[in-house]
Amino acid sequence: MRNKSHIGVKYYTIKEITGPLIFCESVSGVGFGEIVKVLTPSEGEKIGQVIDISDEITVIQVFEGTSGLSIETTAVRFTGETLKLPVSTDMFGRMFTGTGEPTDGGPNIIPEKFLDIHAPTINPCSREHPTKFIQTGISVIDGLNTLLLGQKLPLLSGTGLPHKLLASQIVKQAKVVGEEEGFTIIFAAMGITSDEVKFFRDDFLRMGAMGKVIMFVNRAEEPAIERILTPRMALTAAEYFAFEHDLHVLVILVDMTNYCEALREISASRLEIPGRRGYPGYMYTDLATIYERAGIIKGKKGSVTQMPILTMPDDDITHPISDLTSYITEGQIILDREMFKKGIYPPIDPLPCLSRLMDKGIGSNKTREDHKQLSDQLYYAYAEGKIVQGTALVSGEKALTTIDKLYLKFMERFEEEFISQNYNENRDIEDTLNIGWRLLSILPKPELTRIEPEIIKKYHPNHGKN
Amino acid sequence: MSKKIIGRVSRVAGSFVTAKCMRGSQMFELVKVGDAGVIGEIIRLEGNVAVIQAYEETEGIKLGENVLATGKPLSVELGPGLIGQIFDGVQRPLTVISNMFGPFIKRGVETLALDPKKEWKFNPILKKGVKVIGGDIIGTVQETSLLNQGIMVPPNISGIIENIYSEGKYTIIDPIAKIKTSKGLENIFLMHTWPVRKPRPYKTMLPPTEPLLSGQRIIDSFFPIAKGGITATTGGFGTGKTVVLQTLAMWVDADVVVYIGCGERGNEMADVLNRFSKLKLGSSDHPLMDRTIFVANVSNMPIVAREASIYTGITLAEYYRDMGYNVALMADSTSRWAEALREISGRLEEMPGEEGYPAYLASRLAEFYARAGQVKTMGTKDRVGSITVLAAISPPGGDFSEPVTTNTLRIAKVFWALDFALAHRRHFPAINWFMSYSEYIPMLEPWFAKVERDWQKLCGEARTLLKEEEELREIVALIGAEILGDKQRSVFETAKMLKEYFLLQNAFHPVDAYCPIAKTYKMLRIFLKFYDKTKTAIESGVPLTRILGLPIREKLSRLKITPTNEFDQVYNEIDKEMNEQFEKLELKDLEEDKI
Repeated sequence: MRNKSHIGVKYYTIKEITGPLIFCESVSGVGFGEIVKVLTPSEGEKIGQVIDISDEITVIQVFEGTSGLSIETTAVRFTGETLKLPVSTDMFGRMFTGTGEPTDGGPNIIPEKFLDIHAPTINPCSREHPTKFIQTGISVIDGLNTLLLGQKLPLLSGTGLPHKLLASQIVKQAKVVGEEEGFTIIFAAMGITSDEVKFFRDDFLRMGAMGKVIMFVNRAEEPAIERILTPRMALTAAEYFAFEHDLHVLVILVDMTNYCEALREISASRLEIPGRRGYPGYMYTDLATIYERAGIIKGKKGSVTQMPILTMPDDDITHPISDLTSYITEGQIILDREMFKKGIYPPIDPLPCLSRLMDKGIGSNKTREDHKQLSDQLYYAYAEGKIVQGTALVSGEKALTTIDKLYLKFMERFEEEFISQNYNENRDIEDTLNIGWRLLSILPKPELTRIEPEIIKKYHPNHGKN
Repeated sequence: MSKKIIGRVSRVAGSFVTAKCMRGSQMFELVKVGDAGVIGEIIRLEGNVAVIQAYEETEGIKLGENVLATGKPLSVELGPGLIGQIFDGVQRPLTVISNMFGPFIKRGVETLALDPKKEWKFNPILKKGVKVIGGDIIGTVQETSLLNQGIMVPPNISGIIENIYSEGKYTIIDPIAKIKTSKGLENIFLMHTWPVRKPRPYKTMLPPTEPLLSGQRIIDSFFPIAKGGITATTGGFGTGKTVVLQTLAMWVDADVVVYIGCGERGNEMADVLNRFSKLKLGSSDHPLMDRTIFVANVSNMPIVAREASIYTGITLAEYYRDMGYNVALMADSTSRWAEALREISGRLEEMPGEEGYPAYLASRLAEFYARAGQVKTMGTKDRVGSITVLAAISPPGGDFSEPVTTNTLRIAKVFWALDFALAHRRHFPAINWFMSYSEYIPMLEPWFAKVERDWQKLCGEARTLLKEEEELREIVALIGAEILGDKQRSVFETAKMLKEYFLLQNAFHPVDAYCPIAKTYKMLRIFLKFYDKTKTAIESGVPLTRILGLPIREKLSRLKITPTNEFDQVYNEIDKEMNEQFEKLELKDLEEDKI
């Protein structure tokens, strides 16, 4: 029997086009997940993927949107391939579309490899657990919510808050203490404006870092569906450079909220039963397939560290996007509108922030032996200060005890001197910890219940004085 | 032998495959799909059409490819070699896969759960001619330094031992005995298999009588767990559910620990594996891994395997329970399991219940938790074994009114409510002492009373103190602290000591991580004694500031990091010094009065 292949043949068999989906007659031999070229007379060639096949119908999700497509004139051509990203060291300094095509006017890259963008799961037994401290030079991160190599730590922000500035400061300052090699940056933009893209690109250029940056950009005006691919393209490149070229890669994903909106859009057009607030029930799993692609593999020198950025709708941390993200990632850094209104930069409210991996990357030989206890004490004191502030608002300052007033003073100075720092200020970890001690000395020593007496003796600036 | 059923793929949508020509196959039967041999499970039958949920990625599967029915439901291998292993949700050994196939988990990997080549030393116990029933231990294998595995007659076999092999080395596939049953001769191996969705049988369920000690002060004193009990740890992200469960996995006084990482983080799994492989059990020389089994199905592994992982885990737990062991099973997190259930249900286009979860969520949860408990096991001789389930729940937005939390709390008897406010001030474990409860307290009271007669009384006093402080705090928030007298202020101060020096416990501190029950008791007693003495002193006119200046306070703060072997001595010294210092205070006060 002659086995006629379906690959490469043009089929004019489309029955229905709805949202980003094309429904066409099934062709034998088509595989689930196969990449399809969608050919149109007016719009040129688009990429799609088979997301449902049955004996009767094949459903194709078109990544670059379905506008301009018609049932009569559009053809599909199956490729027999799954979606792959061509990778090469030539990618540095370049900008690509959300689907991996060069978009900076430069030539196509000459691929060293084609990699499936849906990487298989890293075996938990093959993972090296993160222990290396990344100094970002920002006190509230380094001191209280330390970022480690191979961690995924999101910035949860709100509209109008300076997360872009903070991200760019982190990119500029981040270094692994004790290692020469800096970070390679892979930047994935999903649905952000051209201005924002320009902000980051100019920033990278200004830092002279463009040679270590690869950008994947899907702008706000570009098809939403493409956003589903963008982070996966970026992470595929990141894994390639981390695990085959021994580089430390920092992946910035901005803005994950737009990604989730795209996910919801597709889910709705597939008539799926919605979960919370209309987002698909599988959003946790879907986000996990992105966020879990961070880490270190035993026996490999490189690493993938992720910093996803998302703008919480209405600053609501319980919104499914921020909620699910924080359940998957290893902590969260939260930009707070109240802090922003007070004029504090970076406007981070430390209380709800967390770095789950912090304890494994700090202490003697890593940062300093007092780090953990100091951090816990600062947290305790700041939380106490906030409570006192609440009391003072209700009953006035005269209702406060002497100790209460000291906590209030601590809280205010903590915001001014520890949390606040200039966009250009790069504090090393010693500075950060010393500022912490200076502020704790506002409080009487018996209040320092989270720190062992030996540590107080060694580090307290007023030790020996009374 | 039943005829082999081979169907063909008629639809692929995500992890769901529909196959035709499957007449004769059964619900929950295991199938292999396509040329890649992707493993799946039948979850719906309509005429000759079967809907299959695949445990692996379905990418590349084509219409018309073969679907092979295996004739068996998803089962696990039970035998020596389970302990110390890390399995995925369908019991594939991840270390073996890592060694054989590299750091990424590839599809269609077929490996046996237990090493068929490894030889184990078998010691027969029963003799030829003995009548046996399912559950009888016919011999033993020293599985690890900590665990002597009883080789049981599988639950569905009974008869007379026709032959039992002598002491020696055997693999799990070598027969070690033959039993003459009503249906003929049956070979007995070191290993047998069991379907995961079917609870293993036992004789009778027994009420809990003994606590499962955790070494965590707030748990052992305020909210104790019972052996065979069910506990729910609930809290929003960052409140420390995982740390609580991991800490318990290290320290609980169980014989076997099964830790299920269900839809959680890869890095976290790597960390816990790393820590467990280095740690020793308590003060012994035995590696912690010698009593631990991991089932790791991280969040980006296929959700269908995630759904199966808790059944895989509890079946392993039941196997050791049946030998008469106390097993602790940690499930982190059951919310991820419920979400997998929701996702599968959604794909099947079933009518959704609350928050999109299927209407059968409550009954599935109940079925799962019903497999916990203290039981009289199968077998001629009576043995008692238990499974304690410690489940983590991750409610969306930290909202405890969501379906997984509410349905679990209807079953669980212990509730540890993890609190954002405590976590924000880095008070861990962030177990809220007002919202949490343990319904086991009355059942365990006789046991605790044997340790110390006034155990419950002390716990009650401590909780009253915390409650008093909370009420005062509310008043202060309204009208300020200036109206407080020394007596009320002393409540604040002693409650703070209780919180900071007793309830707060550092899971990563070499000494503080584990607090033996005797130490917990004595610490509680001395803090309450300090409170009593403070009250008396204030009543006799001593100002609070003087009490707060007592040097004994620093010593009390260090009690929790005092090593166990020095503890009694330090405790006695502190007790003595405290008495002296308070006496002096009152004397001094009297003298001042005279002047």
